[in-house]
Amino acid sequence: MKKLSSKIYFGIIMAFLYLPIIYLIAYSFNNGKTSVWKGFTLKWYKALFSDAQIMGSLYNTLIIAVLASVIATVLGTCAAIGIYNFKGGMRSAILNVSNIPIINPEIVTGVSLMLLFTFAGRLLNFEMGFTTVLLAHIGFCTPYVILNVAPRLRRMDNSIYEAALDLGCSPFKAFYKVVIHELMPGILSGFLISFTYSLDDFVITYFTRGSKFQTLPIQIYTMTHQRINPKANALSALMFVIIFVILILSNIRTNKKDSEVRA
Amino acid sequence: MKNKRTSYPYLLWMLIFTIVPIAMVIYYAFTDESGKFSLSSFVNASDYSEIFLYSLLVALISTAICLVLAYPLSFRISRCSKSKQRMIIMFLMVPMWMNFLLRIYAWVLILQNYGPLDMILSFFGIDITLIGNTSAVVVGMVYEFLPFMILPLHTVMSKIDNSLIEAAQDLGSNSFYVFKKVIFPLSIPGIISGITMVFVPTASTFLVAQYLGGTQFMIGDVIERVFQSDHHTGSAIALVLMVVILGFLVFMNRFGDEEAVGV
Repeated sequence: MKKLSSKIYFGIIMAFLYLPIIYLIAYSFNNGKTSVWKGFTLKWYKALFSDAQIMGSLYNTLIIAVLASVIATVLGTCAAIGIYNFKGGMRSAILNVSNIPIINPEIVTGVSLMLLFTFAGRLLNFEMGFTTVLLAHIGFCTPYVILNVAPRLRRMDNSIYEAALDLGCSPFKAFYKVVIHELMPGILSGFLISFTYSLDDFVITYFTRGSKFQTLPIQIYTMTHQRINPKANALSALMFVIIFVILILSNIRTNKKDSEVRA
Repeated sequence: MKNKRTSYPYLLWMLIFTIVPIAMVIYYAFTDESGKFSLSSFVNASDYSEIFLYSLLVALISTAICLVLAYPLSFRISRCSKSKQRMIIMFLMVPMWMNFLLRIYAWVLILQNYGPLDMILSFFGIDITLIGNTSAVVVGMVYEFLPFMILPLHTVMSKIDNSLIEAAQDLGSNSFYVFKKVIFPLSIPGIISGITMVFVPTASTFLVAQYLGGTQFMIGDVIERVFQSDHHTGSAIALVLMVVILGFLVFMNRFGDEEAVGV
Protein backbone atom coordinates (compact mmCIF):
# COMPACT_ATOMS: atom_id res chain seq x y z
CA MET A 1 0.00 0.00 0.00
CA LYS A 2 2.73 2.38 1.03
CA LYS A 3 4.76 1.42 -2.03
CA LEU A 4 1.83 2.02 -4.36
CA SER A 5 0.97 5.44 -2.96
CA SER A 6 4.56 6.61 -3.20
CA LYS A 7 4.71 5.38 -6.79
CA ILE A 8 1.56 7.35 -7.62
CA TYR A 9 2.99 10.41 -5.92
CA PHE A 10 6.21 10.06 -7.88
CA GLY A 11 4.18 9.73 -11.09
CA ILE A 12 2.25 12.92 -10.35
CA ILE A 13 5.43 14.94 -9.78
CA MET A 14 6.98 13.57 -12.97
CA ALA A 15 3.80 14.44 -14.89
CA PHE A 16 3.88 17.94 -13.42
CA LEU A 17 7.48 18.37 -14.57
CA TYR A 18 7.16 16.78 -18.01
CA LEU A 19 3.61 17.38 -19.27
CA PRO A 20 4.15 21.11 -19.96
CA ILE A 21 7.23 20.29 -22.03
CA ILE A 22 5.51 17.44 -23.86
CA TYR A 23 2.56 19.75 -24.59
CA LEU A 24 4.98 22.40 -25.85
CA ILE A 25 6.69 19.88 -28.14
CA ALA A 26 3.43 18.36 -29.40
CA TYR A 27 2.15 21.75 -30.50
CA SER A 28 5.32 22.49 -32.42
CA PHE A 29 3.84 20.07 -35.00
CA ASN A 30 0.45 21.77 -35.08
CA ASN A 31 -0.64 23.26 -38.38
CA GLY A 32 -2.25 26.28 -36.72
CA LYS A 33 -1.42 28.98 -34.23
CA THR A 34 -4.05 28.30 -31.55
CA SER A 35 -4.51 25.38 -29.16
CA VAL A 36 -6.89 23.74 -31.65
CA TRP A 37 -5.22 20.83 -33.43
CA LYS A 38 -5.20 21.43 -37.18
CA GLY A 39 -3.06 18.57 -38.43
CA PHE A 40 0.60 17.65 -38.55
CA THR A 41 3.22 19.98 -40.02
CA LEU A 42 6.93 20.68 -39.96
CA LYS A 43 6.53 24.24 -41.17
CA TRP A 44 7.51 25.81 -37.80
CA TYR A 45 10.82 23.99 -37.94
CA LYS A 46 11.39 25.21 -41.46
CA ALA A 47 10.50 28.76 -40.38
CA LEU A 48 12.86 28.43 -37.41
CA PHE A 49 15.85 27.39 -39.49
CA SER A 50 15.24 29.99 -42.17
CA ASP A 51 14.92 32.79 -39.61
CA ALA A 52 18.23 34.62 -40.01
CA GLN A 53 17.74 36.52 -36.75
CA ILE A 54 17.31 33.39 -34.67
CA MET A 55 20.26 31.68 -36.32
CA GLY A 56 22.35 34.80 -35.79
CA SER A 57 21.51 34.94 -32.11
CA LEU A 58 22.28 31.23 -31.77
CA TYR A 59 25.72 31.99 -33.21
CA ASN A 60 26.17 34.91 -30.77
CA THR A 61 25.13 32.74 -27.84
CA LEU A 62 27.65 30.03 -28.72
CA ILE A 63 30.50 32.52 -29.27
CA ILE A 64 29.79 34.26 -25.96
CA ALA A 65 29.48 30.93 -24.11
CA VAL A 66 32.76 29.56 -25.50
CA LEU A 67 34.74 32.77 -24.90
CA ALA A 68 33.23 33.49 -21.47
CA SER A 69 33.72 29.97 -20.16
CA VAL A 70 37.30 29.64 -21.46
CA ILE A 71 38.35 33.04 -20.09
CA ALA A 72 36.51 32.47 -16.80
CA THR A 73 38.20 29.07 -16.44
CA VAL A 74 41.70 30.52 -16.92
CA LEU A 75 41.00 33.58 -14.78
CA GLY A 76 39.28 31.53 -12.07
CA THR A 77 41.92 28.79 -11.90
CA CYS A 78 44.75 31.32 -11.58
CA ALA A 79 42.73 33.25 -9.02
CA ALA A 80 42.00 30.13 -6.96
CA ILE A 81 45.70 29.20 -6.83
CA GLY A 82 46.68 32.74 -5.83
CA ILE A 83 43.91 33.16 -3.27
CA TYR A 84 44.92 29.85 -1.70
CA ASN A 85 48.24 31.45 -0.72
CA PHE A 86 46.59 34.27 1.21
CA LYS A 87 46.25 33.92 4.99
CA GLY A 88 42.97 33.02 6.73
CA GLY A 89 41.11 36.32 7.24
CA MET A 90 42.22 37.89 4.00
CA ARG A 91 41.46 34.73 2.08
CA SER A 92 37.88 34.46 3.34
CA ALA A 93 37.32 38.17 2.70
CA ILE A 94 38.40 37.71 -0.94
CA LEU A 95 36.23 34.62 -1.32
CA ASN A 96 33.24 36.46 0.14
CA VAL A 97 33.59 39.28 -2.39
CA SER A 98 34.09 36.70 -5.12
CA ASN A 99 30.81 35.03 -4.17
CA ILE A 100 28.78 38.25 -4.39
CA PRO A 101 27.62 37.58 -7.98
CA ILE A 102 26.36 34.14 -6.88
CA ILE A 103 24.56 35.35 -3.76
CA ASN A 104 23.17 38.61 -5.12
CA PRO A 105 19.82 38.46 -6.93
CA GLU A 106 20.60 38.26 -10.67
CA ILE A 107 18.57 41.37 -11.37
CA VAL A 108 20.68 43.43 -8.95
CA THR A 109 23.87 42.21 -10.61
CA GLY A 110 22.29 43.05 -13.97
CA VAL A 111 21.31 46.61 -13.15
CA SER A 112 24.56 47.33 -11.30
CA LEU A 113 26.57 46.28 -14.37
CA MET A 114 24.27 48.36 -16.55
CA LEU A 115 25.07 51.40 -14.41
CA LEU A 116 28.79 50.69 -14.76
CA PHE A 117 28.67 50.17 -18.51
CA THR A 118 26.50 53.21 -19.26
CA PHE A 119 28.80 55.35 -17.11
CA ALA A 120 31.98 53.95 -18.66
CA GLY A 121 30.37 54.14 -22.09
CA ARG A 122 29.75 57.85 -21.70
CA LEU A 123 33.30 58.31 -20.44
CA LEU A 124 35.09 56.21 -23.06
CA ASN A 125 32.54 56.62 -25.81
CA PHE A 126 31.31 53.08 -26.48
CA GLU A 127 27.91 51.41 -26.57
CA MET A 128 26.80 48.26 -24.80
CA GLY A 129 26.88 45.17 -26.99
CA PHE A 130 29.00 42.07 -27.57
CA THR A 131 31.90 43.17 -25.33
CA THR A 132 29.80 44.22 -22.35
CA VAL A 133 27.79 40.98 -22.48
CA LEU A 134 31.03 39.00 -22.65
CA LEU A 135 32.48 40.88 -19.66
CA ALA A 136 29.28 40.35 -17.68
CA HIS A 137 29.28 36.62 -18.46
CA ILE A 138 32.92 36.22 -17.45
CA GLY A 139 31.99 38.05 -14.25
CA PHE A 140 29.27 35.63 -13.16
CA CYS A 141 31.08 32.50 -14.41
CA THR A 142 34.44 32.98 -12.70
CA PRO A 143 33.13 32.57 -9.11
CA TYR A 144 31.78 29.14 -10.07
CA VAL A 145 35.19 28.12 -11.44
CA ILE A 146 36.83 29.21 -8.17
CA LEU A 147 34.22 27.32 -6.13
CA ASN A 148 35.01 24.16 -8.10
CA VAL A 149 38.80 24.49 -8.09
CA ALA A 150 39.31 25.60 -4.46
CA PRO A 151 38.34 22.29 -2.76
CA ARG A 152 40.79 20.40 -5.02
CA LEU A 153 43.57 22.81 -4.04
CA ARG A 154 42.89 22.22 -0.37
CA ARG A 155 43.18 18.47 -0.84
CA MET A 156 46.33 18.67 -2.97
CA ASP A 157 49.61 17.54 -1.44
CA ASN A 158 52.18 20.30 -1.92
CA SER A 159 55.07 17.86 -1.59
CA ILE A 160 54.29 16.35 -5.00
CA TYR A 161 55.02 19.72 -6.59
CA GLU A 162 58.23 20.01 -4.56
CA ALA A 163 59.23 16.48 -5.54
CA ALA A 164 58.81 17.41 -9.19
CA LEU A 165 61.12 20.38 -8.66
CA ASP A 166 63.68 18.21 -6.86
CA LEU A 167 63.63 15.76 -9.73
CA GLY A 168 64.63 18.53 -12.10
CA CYS A 169 61.39 19.96 -13.43
CA SER A 170 61.33 23.65 -14.22
CA PRO A 171 58.77 25.48 -12.06
CA PHE A 172 56.57 25.97 -15.09
CA LYS A 173 56.71 22.33 -16.10
CA ALA A 174 56.14 21.18 -12.52
CA PHE A 175 53.15 23.49 -12.30
CA TYR A 176 51.74 22.19 -15.54
CA LYS A 177 52.46 18.49 -14.90
CA VAL A 178 51.48 18.38 -11.22
CA VAL A 179 49.23 21.24 -10.17
CA ILE A 180 47.08 21.52 -13.28
CA HIS A 181 46.86 17.74 -13.47
CA GLU A 182 45.64 17.51 -9.87
CA LEU A 183 43.13 20.34 -10.34
CA MET A 184 41.82 19.07 -13.68
CA PRO A 185 38.47 17.59 -12.49
CA GLY A 186 37.63 20.85 -10.69
CA ILE A 187 38.72 22.97 -13.64
CA LEU A 188 36.63 20.84 -15.97
CA SER A 189 33.44 21.02 -13.91
CA GLY A 190 33.95 24.76 -13.44
CA PHE A 191 34.25 25.10 -17.20
CA LEU A 192 31.09 23.07 -17.87
CA ILE A 193 29.05 25.00 -15.30
CA SER A 194 30.27 28.28 -16.80
CA PHE A 195 29.43 27.14 -20.29
CA THR A 196 25.87 26.08 -19.45
CA TYR A 197 25.16 29.17 -17.32
CA SER A 198 26.40 31.43 -20.07
CA LEU A 199 24.30 29.61 -22.70
CA ASP A 200 21.18 29.95 -20.58
CA ASP A 201 21.58 33.41 -19.08
CA PHE A 202 18.77 35.83 -19.71
CA VAL A 203 18.61 38.40 -16.90
CA ILE A 204 22.19 39.70 -16.88
CA THR A 205 22.41 39.65 -20.69
CA TYR A 206 19.15 41.58 -20.84
CA PHE A 207 20.63 44.49 -18.89
CA THR A 208 24.07 44.56 -20.51
CA ARG A 209 23.29 43.90 -24.17
CA GLY A 210 22.46 47.45 -25.26
CA SER A 211 19.84 47.79 -27.97
CA LYS A 212 21.11 45.64 -30.81
CA PHE A 213 23.03 42.62 -29.57
CA GLN A 214 20.92 39.44 -29.47
CA THR A 215 21.48 36.10 -27.81
CA LEU A 216 19.17 33.08 -28.00
CA PRO A 217 17.52 33.64 -24.59
CA ILE A 218 16.88 37.28 -25.57
CA GLN A 219 15.42 36.03 -28.86
CA ILE A 220 13.18 33.62 -26.94
CA TYR A 221 12.00 36.56 -24.88
CA THR A 222 11.09 38.62 -27.96
CA MET A 223 9.35 35.59 -29.48
CA THR A 224 7.23 34.67 -26.48
CA HIS A 225 6.60 37.93 -24.64
CA GLN A 226 2.87 38.70 -24.69
CA ARG A 227 2.10 36.38 -27.57
CA ILE A 228 2.01 32.84 -28.85
CA ASN A 229 4.68 31.85 -31.32
CA PRO A 230 4.88 28.23 -32.55
CA LYS A 231 8.50 28.80 -33.61
CA ALA A 232 9.30 28.95 -29.90
CA ASN A 233 7.67 25.53 -29.52
CA ALA A 234 9.85 24.13 -32.30
CA LEU A 235 12.91 25.62 -30.64
CA SER A 236 11.92 24.08 -27.29
CA ALA A 237 11.54 20.69 -28.91
CA LEU A 238 15.02 20.84 -30.42
CA MET A 239 16.60 22.06 -27.19
CA PHE A 240 14.83 19.37 -25.19
CA VAL A 241 16.01 16.58 -27.48
CA ILE A 242 19.61 17.83 -27.36
CA ILE A 243 19.63 18.17 -23.55
CA PHE A 244 17.98 14.79 -23.12
CA VAL A 245 20.50 12.96 -25.33
CA ILE A 246 23.48 14.66 -23.64
CA LEU A 247 22.24 13.83 -20.14
CA ILE A 248 21.39 10.21 -21.01
CA LEU A 249 24.81 9.71 -22.60
CA SER A 250 26.68 11.20 -19.65
CA ASN A 251 24.61 9.11 -17.27
CA ILE A 252 25.39 5.91 -19.18
CA ARG A 253 29.08 6.83 -19.11
CA THR A 254 29.20 7.34 -15.34
CA ASN A 255 27.28 4.09 -14.81
CA LYS A 256 29.79 2.26 -17.00
CA LYS A 257 32.69 3.80 -15.12
CA ASP A 258 31.13 2.69 -11.84
CA SER A 259 30.71 -0.90 -12.99
CA GLU A 260 34.30 -0.92 -14.27
CA VAL A 261 35.51 0.22 -10.86
CA ARG A 262 33.47 -2.50 -9.19
CA ALA A 263 34.82 -5.16 -11.59
CA MET B 1 53.31 27.56 -5.91
CA LYS B 2 53.67 29.91 -2.94
CA ASN B 3 52.60 32.79 -5.05
CA LYS B 4 49.72 35.20 -4.62
CA ARG B 5 50.41 36.99 -7.86
CA THR B 6 48.30 34.68 -10.04
CA SER B 7 45.20 36.03 -8.30
CA TYR B 8 45.94 39.70 -8.98
CA PRO B 9 44.13 39.89 -12.34
CA TYR B 10 41.01 38.53 -10.68
CA LEU B 11 41.33 40.87 -7.69
CA LEU B 12 41.39 43.77 -10.12
CA TRP B 13 38.49 42.22 -11.98
CA MET B 14 36.42 41.98 -8.79
CA LEU B 15 37.17 45.60 -8.01
CA ILE B 16 35.93 46.77 -11.42
CA PHE B 17 33.05 44.39 -12.05
CA THR B 18 31.75 43.57 -8.56
CA ILE B 19 32.64 46.29 -6.08
CA VAL B 20 32.40 49.38 -8.30
CA PRO B 21 28.96 48.44 -9.75
CA ILE B 22 27.53 47.87 -6.26
CA ALA B 23 29.09 51.13 -5.09
CA MET B 24 27.37 52.79 -8.05
CA VAL B 25 23.99 51.34 -7.04
CA ILE B 26 24.52 52.73 -3.54
CA TYR B 27 25.67 56.09 -4.94
CA TYR B 28 22.66 56.39 -7.28
CA ALA B 29 20.26 55.35 -4.51
CA PHE B 30 21.45 58.13 -2.18
CA THR B 31 21.66 60.97 -4.71
CA ASP B 32 19.21 62.91 -6.86
CA GLU B 33 19.42 64.05 -10.49
CA SER B 34 21.85 66.84 -9.64
CA GLY B 35 24.21 64.43 -7.88
CA LYS B 36 23.55 65.80 -4.38
CA PHE B 37 22.87 63.60 -1.38
CA SER B 38 19.16 62.93 -1.12
CA LEU B 39 16.75 60.36 0.20
CA SER B 40 14.10 61.19 -2.39
CA SER B 41 14.78 57.95 -4.30
CA PHE B 42 13.78 55.97 -1.23
CA VAL B 43 10.65 58.09 -0.86
CA ASN B 44 9.81 57.32 -4.50
CA ALA B 45 10.70 53.67 -3.95
CA SER B 46 8.24 53.42 -1.07
CA ASP B 47 5.43 53.66 -3.65
CA TYR B 48 6.31 50.09 -4.51
CA SER B 49 6.36 48.71 -0.97
CA GLU B 50 3.08 46.89 -1.56
CA ILE B 51 4.53 45.11 -4.60
CA PHE B 52 7.61 44.33 -2.54
CA LEU B 53 5.54 42.67 0.17
CA TYR B 54 3.49 40.88 -2.49
CA SER B 55 6.73 39.47 -3.99
CA LEU B 56 7.90 38.23 -0.62
CA LEU B 57 4.48 36.64 -0.06
CA VAL B 58 4.55 34.88 -3.45
CA ALA B 59 8.08 33.69 -2.67
CA LEU B 60 6.97 32.42 0.75
CA ILE B 61 3.96 30.52 -0.63
CA SER B 62 5.99 29.05 -3.51
CA THR B 63 8.80 27.99 -1.17
CA ALA B 64 6.32 26.34 1.22
CA ILE B 65 4.63 24.43 -1.62
CA CYS B 66 8.02 23.31 -2.98
CA LEU B 67 9.06 22.08 0.47
CA VAL B 68 5.81 20.14 1.02
CA LEU B 69 6.00 18.57 -2.46
CA ALA B 70 9.73 17.83 -2.41
CA TYR B 71 10.18 16.48 1.12
CA PRO B 72 8.37 13.11 0.86
CA LEU B 73 9.61 12.68 -2.71
CA SER B 74 13.26 13.27 -1.79
CA PHE B 75 12.97 10.84 1.10
CA ARG B 76 11.48 8.11 -1.11
CA ILE B 77 14.24 8.65 -3.67
CA SER B 78 16.94 8.50 -1.01
CA ARG B 79 15.77 4.99 -0.01
CA CYS B 80 16.37 3.62 -3.54
CA SER B 81 19.56 1.94 -4.73
CA LYS B 82 22.44 4.24 -5.72
CA SER B 83 22.13 3.75 -9.47
CA LYS B 84 18.35 4.15 -9.36
CA GLN B 85 18.77 7.35 -7.35
CA ARG B 86 21.06 8.79 -9.99
CA MET B 87 18.59 7.85 -12.74
CA ILE B 88 15.66 9.51 -10.97
CA ILE B 89 17.63 12.65 -10.10
CA MET B 90 18.69 12.93 -13.71
CA PHE B 91 15.09 12.71 -14.91
CA LEU B 92 14.08 15.35 -12.37
CA MET B 93 16.88 17.62 -13.64
CA VAL B 94 16.12 17.42 -17.38
CA PRO B 95 13.31 20.02 -17.37
CA MET B 96 15.52 22.36 -15.34
CA TRP B 97 18.01 22.49 -18.21
CA MET B 98 15.43 24.01 -20.52
CA ASN B 99 15.54 27.77 -20.85
CA PHE B 100 13.43 29.29 -18.07
CA LEU B 101 11.44 31.51 -20.42
CA LEU B 102 10.41 28.51 -22.48
CA ARG B 103 9.25 26.71 -19.35
CA ILE B 104 7.14 29.70 -18.32
CA TYR B 105 5.89 30.00 -21.88
CA ALA B 106 4.71 26.36 -21.67
CA TRP B 107 2.52 27.34 -18.72
CA VAL B 108 1.17 30.32 -20.62
CA LEU B 109 0.03 27.89 -23.33
CA ILE B 110 -1.50 25.50 -20.81
CA LEU B 111 -3.29 28.07 -18.67
CA GLN B 112 -4.42 30.49 -21.39
CA ASN B 113 -8.10 31.04 -22.13
CA TYR B 114 -9.33 28.27 -24.46
CA GLY B 115 -6.13 26.41 -23.63
CA PRO B 116 -6.21 22.71 -22.73
CA LEU B 117 -6.85 23.12 -19.01
CA ASP B 118 -9.48 25.78 -19.57
CA MET B 119 -11.26 23.46 -22.05
CA ILE B 120 -11.20 20.50 -19.67
CA LEU B 121 -12.55 22.55 -16.79
CA SER B 122 -15.30 24.17 -18.84
CA PHE B 123 -16.29 20.68 -20.06
CA PHE B 124 -17.07 19.95 -16.41
CA GLY B 125 -18.91 23.25 -16.17
CA ILE B 126 -16.19 25.07 -14.22
CA ASP B 127 -15.65 28.52 -15.65
CA ILE B 128 -12.65 30.26 -14.11
CA THR B 129 -9.83 32.28 -15.58
CA LEU B 130 -6.64 30.36 -14.98
CA ILE B 131 -4.09 32.90 -16.13
CA GLY B 132 -3.39 36.43 -14.99
CA ASN B 133 -3.59 35.88 -11.23
CA THR B 134 -1.39 35.03 -8.26
CA SER B 135 -2.13 31.29 -8.43
CA ALA B 136 -0.77 31.17 -11.98
CA VAL B 137 2.38 32.96 -10.83
CA VAL B 138 2.82 30.52 -7.92
CA VAL B 139 2.35 27.52 -10.25
CA GLY B 140 5.01 28.96 -12.54
CA MET B 141 7.40 29.56 -9.65
CA VAL B 142 6.92 26.07 -8.21
CA TYR B 143 7.51 24.63 -11.67
CA GLU B 144 10.68 26.68 -12.11
CA PHE B 145 12.24 26.03 -8.75
CA LEU B 146 10.99 22.65 -7.47
CA PRO B 147 14.22 20.88 -8.53
CA PHE B 148 16.19 23.40 -6.43
CA MET B 149 14.31 22.10 -3.38
CA ILE B 150 14.58 18.42 -4.30
CA LEU B 151 18.35 18.41 -4.92
CA PRO B 152 19.65 19.68 -1.53
CA LEU B 153 17.03 17.63 0.34
CA HIS B 154 18.04 14.52 -1.56
CA THR B 155 21.75 15.18 -0.99
CA VAL B 156 21.25 15.32 2.78
CA MET B 157 18.72 12.50 3.00
CA SER B 158 20.77 10.07 0.94
CA LYS B 159 23.34 10.22 3.74
CA ILE B 160 20.82 9.10 6.40
CA ASP B 161 21.74 5.51 7.22
CA ASN B 162 18.84 3.07 7.05
CA SER B 163 20.10 1.40 10.24
CA LEU B 164 19.35 4.61 12.18
CA ILE B 165 15.71 4.39 11.12
CA GLU B 166 15.64 0.66 11.90
CA ALA B 167 17.20 1.26 15.29
CA ALA B 168 14.52 3.80 16.13
CA GLN B 169 11.86 1.34 15.03
CA ASP B 170 13.42 -1.47 17.08
CA LEU B 171 13.38 0.78 20.10
CA GLY B 172 9.63 1.15 19.69
CA SER B 173 9.21 4.38 17.73
CA ASN B 174 6.20 4.62 15.47
CA SER B 175 6.61 6.29 12.08
CA PHE B 176 5.79 9.71 13.51
CA TYR B 177 8.53 9.43 16.12
CA VAL B 178 11.01 8.08 13.58
CA PHE B 179 10.32 11.16 11.53
CA LYS B 180 10.44 13.57 14.47
CA LYS B 181 13.52 12.14 16.17
CA VAL B 182 15.63 10.84 13.28
CA ILE B 183 14.69 11.90 9.76
CA PHE B 184 13.67 15.49 10.40
CA PRO B 185 16.67 16.58 12.54
CA LEU B 186 19.11 14.99 10.11
CA SER B 187 17.50 16.66 7.11
CA ILE B 188 17.55 20.21 8.52
CA PRO B 189 20.65 21.35 6.56
CA GLY B 190 18.93 20.24 3.35
CA ILE B 191 15.73 22.08 4.31
CA ILE B 192 17.70 25.26 5.02
CA SER B 193 19.58 25.25 1.74
CA GLY B 194 16.46 24.20 -0.17
CA ILE B 195 14.49 27.12 1.27
CA THR B 196 17.33 29.50 0.43
CA MET B 197 17.70 28.20 -3.11
CA VAL B 198 13.98 28.58 -3.82
CA PHE B 199 13.12 31.71 -1.86
CA VAL B 200 15.90 33.99 -3.13
CA PRO B 201 15.29 33.54 -6.88
CA THR B 202 11.49 33.51 -6.47
CA ALA B 203 11.45 36.79 -4.57
CA SER B 204 13.74 38.55 -7.02
CA THR B 205 12.86 36.96 -10.35
CA PHE B 206 11.42 38.99 -13.16
CA LEU B 207 9.20 38.17 -16.14
CA VAL B 208 7.36 35.23 -14.52
CA ALA B 209 4.73 37.67 -13.25
CA GLN B 210 4.65 39.45 -16.61
CA TYR B 211 4.01 36.15 -18.39
CA LEU B 212 1.54 34.61 -15.95
CA GLY B 213 0.35 37.29 -13.55
CA GLY B 214 -1.45 39.69 -15.84
CA THR B 215 -1.13 43.19 -14.46
CA GLN B 216 0.15 42.15 -11.05
CA PHE B 217 3.92 42.74 -11.22
CA MET B 218 6.62 41.57 -8.86
CA ILE B 219 9.56 43.56 -7.55
CA GLY B 220 11.94 42.34 -10.28
CA ASP B 221 9.56 43.63 -12.95
CA VAL B 222 9.32 46.96 -11.12
CA ILE B 223 13.11 47.33 -11.01
CA GLU B 224 13.32 46.71 -14.75
CA ARG B 225 10.50 49.18 -15.53
CA VAL B 226 11.75 51.93 -13.23
CA PHE B 227 15.32 51.59 -14.45
CA GLN B 228 14.25 52.45 -17.99
CA SER B 229 13.50 56.02 -16.92
CA ASP B 230 14.91 56.67 -13.44
CA HIS B 231 18.24 55.17 -12.37
CA HIS B 232 18.03 56.73 -8.90
CA THR B 233 14.72 55.22 -7.79
CA GLY B 234 15.62 51.96 -9.56
CA SER B 235 18.87 51.79 -7.61
CA ALA B 236 17.06 52.47 -4.35
CA ILE B 237 14.67 49.56 -4.95
CA ALA B 238 17.53 47.28 -6.04
CA LEU B 239 19.49 48.23 -2.92
CA VAL B 240 16.55 47.45 -0.63
CA LEU B 241 16.06 44.11 -2.39
CA MET B 242 19.75 43.30 -2.01
CA VAL B 243 19.77 44.15 1.70
CA VAL B 244 16.61 42.12 2.36
CA ILE B 245 18.00 39.09 0.51
CA LEU B 246 21.37 39.34 2.31
CA GLY B 247 19.57 39.67 5.65
CA PHE B 248 17.53 36.59 4.80
CA LEU B 249 20.68 34.62 3.91
CA VAL B 250 22.44 35.63 7.12
CA PHE B 251 19.34 34.68 9.11
CA MET B 252 19.08 31.27 7.43
CA ASN B 253 22.79 30.66 7.97
CA ARG B 254 22.64 31.52 11.67
CA PHE B 255 19.49 29.44 12.07
CA GLY B 256 21.19 26.49 10.36
CA ASP B 257 24.25 26.74 12.58
CA GLU B 258 22.24 26.89 15.80
CA GLU B 259 20.22 23.88 14.77
CA ALA B 260 23.36 21.96 14.00
CA VAL B 261 24.71 22.72 17.47
CA GLY B 262 21.41 21.78 19.08
CA VAL B 263 21.30 18.31 17.56
